[in-house]
Amino acid sequence: MIKAVMVMNTQGKSRLAKFYEYLSVEKQQELIRGVFSVLCSRAENVSNFIDAESIFGLDSRLVYKHFATLYFVFVFDSSENELAVLDLIQVFVETLDKCFQNVCELDIVFNYSKIHTILDEMVFGGQVVETSSSEIMKAVEEISKLEAASNAISLIPKSASGWRSR
Amino acid sequence: MGSQGGFYQSKEFLDLVKSIGEARSKAEEDRIVLNEIETLKRRISEPDIPKRKMKEYIIRLVYIEMLGHDASFGYIHAVKMTHDDSLLVKRTGYLAVTLFLNEDHDLIILIVNTIQKDLKSDNYLVVCAALNAVCKLINEETIPAVLPQVMELLAHPKEAVRKKAIMALHRFYQKSPSSVSHLVSNFRKRLCDNDPGVMGATLCPLFELIARDVNSYKDLVISFVSILKQVAERRLSKAYDYHQMPAPFIQIKLLKILALLGSGDKQASENMYTVVGDIFRKCDSSSNIGNAVLYECICCVSSIYPNPKLLESAADVISRFLKSDSHNLKYMGIDALGRLIKISPEIAEQHQLAVIDCLEDPDDTLKRKTFELLYKMTKSTNVEVIVDRMIDYMISINDNHYKTEIASRCVELAEQFAPSNQWFIQTMNRVFEHAGDLVNIKVAHNLMRLIAEGFGEDDDNADTKLRSSAVESYLRILGEPKLPSVFLQVICWVLGEYGTADGMFSASDITGKLCDVAEAYSNDETVKAYATTALMKIYAFEIAARRKVDMLPECQSLMEELLASHSTDLQQRAYELQAVIGLDAHAVACIMPSDASCEDIEVDRDLSFLNDYIQEAIEKGAQPYIPESERSGMLNISNFRNQDHHEASSHGLRFEAYELPKPAVQSRIPQTLIASTEIVPVPEPMYPRESYQTTMPSIPSDAGSAELKLRLEGVQKKWGRSTYTPATSTSNSTSQKTVNGTSQGDGASTVSSMRETYDSRKPQVEVSHEKQKLAASLFGGSSKTEKRPATGHKAAKASSHVVEKSHVPKSSLEVASEKAAPAQQPPDLLDLGEPTATSTALQLDPFKQLEGLLDATEVASAVNGAPAASRSPDIMALYADTAAGIHNKNDADLLSGLSNPSVTNMPGTTAMPQVTQSSSKGPNPKDSLEKDALVRQMGVNPSSQNPNLFKDLLG
Repeated sequence: MIKAVMVMNTQGKSRLAKFYEYLSVEKQQELIRGVFSVLCSRAENVSNFIDAESIFGLDSRLVYKHFATLYFVFVFDSSENELAVLDLIQVFVETLDKCFQNVCELDIVFNYSKIHTILDEMVFGGQVVETSSSEIMKAVEEISKLEAASNAISLIPKSASGWRSR
Repeated sequence: MGSQGGFYQSKEFLDLVKSIGEARSKAEEDRIVLNEIETLKRRISEPDIPKRKMKEYIIRLVYIEMLGHDASFGYIHAVKMTHDDSLLVKRTGYLAVTLFLNEDHDLIILIVNTIQKDLKSDNYLVVCAALNAVCKLINEETIPAVLPQVMELLAHPKEAVRKKAIMALHRFYQKSPSSVSHLVSNFRKRLCDNDPGVMGATLCPLFELIARDVNSYKDLVISFVSILKQVAERRLSKAYDYHQMPAPFIQIKLLKILALLGSGDKQASENMYTVVGDIFRKCDSSSNIGNAVLYECICCVSSIYPNPKLLESAADVISRFLKSDSHNLKYMGIDALGRLIKISPEIAEQHQLAVIDCLEDPDDTLKRKTFELLYKMTKSTNVEVIVDRMIDYMISINDNHYKTEIASRCVELAEQFAPSNQWFIQTMNRVFEHAGDLVNIKVAHNLMRLIAEGFGEDDDNADTKLRSSAVESYLRILGEPKLPSVFLQVICWVLGEYGTADGMFSASDITGKLCDVAEAYSNDETVKAYATTALMKIYAFEIAARRKVDMLPECQSLMEELLASHSTDLQQRAYELQAVIGLDAHAVACIMPSDASCEDIEVDRDLSFLNDYIQEAIEKGAQPYIPESERSGMLNISNFRNQDHHEASSHGLRFEAYELPKPAVQSRIPQTLIASTEIVPVPEPMYPRESYQTTMPSIPSDAGSAELKLRLEGVQKKWGRSTYTPATSTSNSTSQKTVNGTSQGDGASTVSSMRETYDSRKPQVEVSHEKQKLAASLFGGSSKTEKRPATGHKAAKASSHVVEKSHVPKSSLEVASEKAAPAQQPPDLLDLGEPTATSTALQLDPFKQLEGLLDATEVASAVNGAPAASRSPDIMALYADTAAGIHNKNDADLLSGLSNPSVTNMPGTTAMPQVTQSSSKGPNPKDSLEKDALVRQMGVNPSSQNPNLFKDLLG
């Protein structure tokens, strides 16, 4: 299963962090720092795989891909295939690209919840459920549409106490 | 950023993100975030916040938490949001709670109800959001609350929902298999889902189920094979293609499943051959995903029952991977090679150069993978090169985790394949020096044992040389600052044991160094303890050699310090040292014989040597012994054996008085004992004797069984990991030291078993010689095979022992007997004969009472008796029987269940009867042999994880 998905920029700032097993905030930060310190020491033109056992414990592999200013990192166990996960990252990035037209770091920063939506369509509970970027796009667009619709209805500012009192 | 539309972020949020992005330092960032937290805390609790605003606040909280700050004050608001009607708000709420909370969080109870409701929603997006939360937030206790709804969703019209419902069920299975065990059949059913996506998703849980229990899914082999066939033949719609590959992710999962199902199952594997072969052929190796599928094929082929054709295709793919320029493919190639060489070792040769390239690659990941491969293909011919490389690499990295791993691998390989002791010690030195505190303490003990025992080669000279070189290298290494504790322990032990053995270094050199160590590492009590004991040994050897002992001033001050140490252990060692120094040469030689550390401690727990005496006593009218179990109402005296050895004792101390000794029993031995019982009162000599009587009849068979048991173990590997048990070392020494009789068979079997392991590795060895040197050393060079000595006997050991030890005369008679022996006997026997004297003296000494008894004539007669008889047939019995066999053929093994350490502290009881015997029976051909076994009481015989150094002392 997939243990974690992270997106961080080349300065080590976390842009997205999703752990499929619960970890405390401190632990998450520690892992993110650990991953970054390994990533930034990697030369260009080397493999996309890292031995992650020292960071994530036994039976964990890490695949990353470097796009412009961002690292996309997937951490997973032996039930996945490294090369396939590399393509999974590719799918993820392709989907982002389709969503935002020439995706850049800022898109990811500002559309935090949308990124999560996309990722949730791909990886669900640590398992890969969808690997086709067009399928993911379809689902995400549908969600956006429905959300927009439901939002439009409720745009009439209902008082917060309305839903609170329920 | 036109794309933000629809996600409603305010300028504030943009500003926040921007300012954080522009923050120059972590401190600045923290300040901004803390400000933000303050703002949010204030705002979020205001009444009547518009939903849109609220949603944004929550997103901001999520963001803050991602940056590592505490956002727990907002959790409750996120929970509230999940109750909202608006899809957008609800989804945001669910997103936030899945990121914030864990399954055991207190707030979960507020969500379960909402989740239940949402799972029944008409809007599939609501259902999906709820399922998402289910995966993350439902724990074992709450599973029943949502299980029915999730089960219903398995038949939901939307395939996206079905998929997620399957995943949720899978998650339940992961968290608590028992609570959904009755539902796992649903996974099988979903395998036939109309939607290939759902089928593909089902493979995830099935993979896990099959990994846990292969046999219950064997019936699915045919189904999986036909699914894979259809996928590979592009029967799925184009929508599932990815980079022109038909549903590669599904193919990969299926291949993984087939690998599990076909492992070790010929019949199942045969069903797979065709389809895997097809995929090998059809797969597009130009795309990344194509290679992923190919790699998975190799994994599958190497896991299922081997098929030559498929192995060939796999080897082709591997060579393509290795020749590729892509590091990723090389990595996969190395990994695949590691899998395949288990089945066909010869394929490694073709790729030797590629492997070496990978080893020298700057890519760390690739390098590590390659080391893993090398580790798998190490054999005695290439171990030197490989371990050397590994250590170099180990030194070069900082990652402690990997350092530990690679150090333990080095040790493992060195233990398994070491070509020579010299090399082994050097390798160990390097490993210890650079990763000392990371390696297992057992490794250190193994190293000490190796130095003490030698390699079991014929040449005793080699052992001596080995020790000298170890001493020399350690003295050199001690100059380096900051050595790991474990390594220092080894160094101290070796210096103590062998520092002065070859005469190259004087006692004051060694003791000076040892004092330095104790001083330099004064925080490390273990090291200090080792150093103290080593000091004691050095002084003891000096005294025994009748040289004048001058304690160095630094040593004296060290002792003063230790005598007042807070550690009772150190204190005791210091007092013991003082006591030993005060003794005369003869006594010291008995307490601390030199080079006796690997002698087995053999104690006749049954005290069978007393049988004759008991017989005599009974004939004189003494009462026979009644076994404890048959003695109701009488005092339990069973733990007399453990009285002076608290560690091994399973009973508590007894405070009741002992049974009154019977007059008949109190013959001459106790009397002699009484003379000198001040140090360690041994009031119980009568009991062993009593016990003897009853055990007598069963003796021969018992001894036989013990013998059998040990001989089995005698075939063990020399450097194997588990060689720490005293039993093993016993049998090892048997096979090494004896040439004739039963033991020869044993030795031979050891040798042949080693040969076998060589032979099985031979295929890898055959190598073309045109390859580069490194390649050759890694992959080839079968010529070196003979280098490894066959273990046989230690015939020559004895003579050098004589030479080595004659400068430590124990008594003129003993030496004479040692020297006399070679003339009449094969040298190996001498080896056994020589330490005899030591042992006789030794057993007595810790309990001074026996000193008076030990009269030179007896010793001499015992020793001289040794060569006279043909003892070879008895050797096994003797060595085998750690429990029994000090001085009697009739060694019953009643008490062999006791652990060895507990026995080691019984010299008082064992020594006493021995004297009886030697005087009453006169020269016994077995005596000296048996005594030799006893000598092993000396020194560290590491039988537990933390060898107690006091065993050196107490015997």
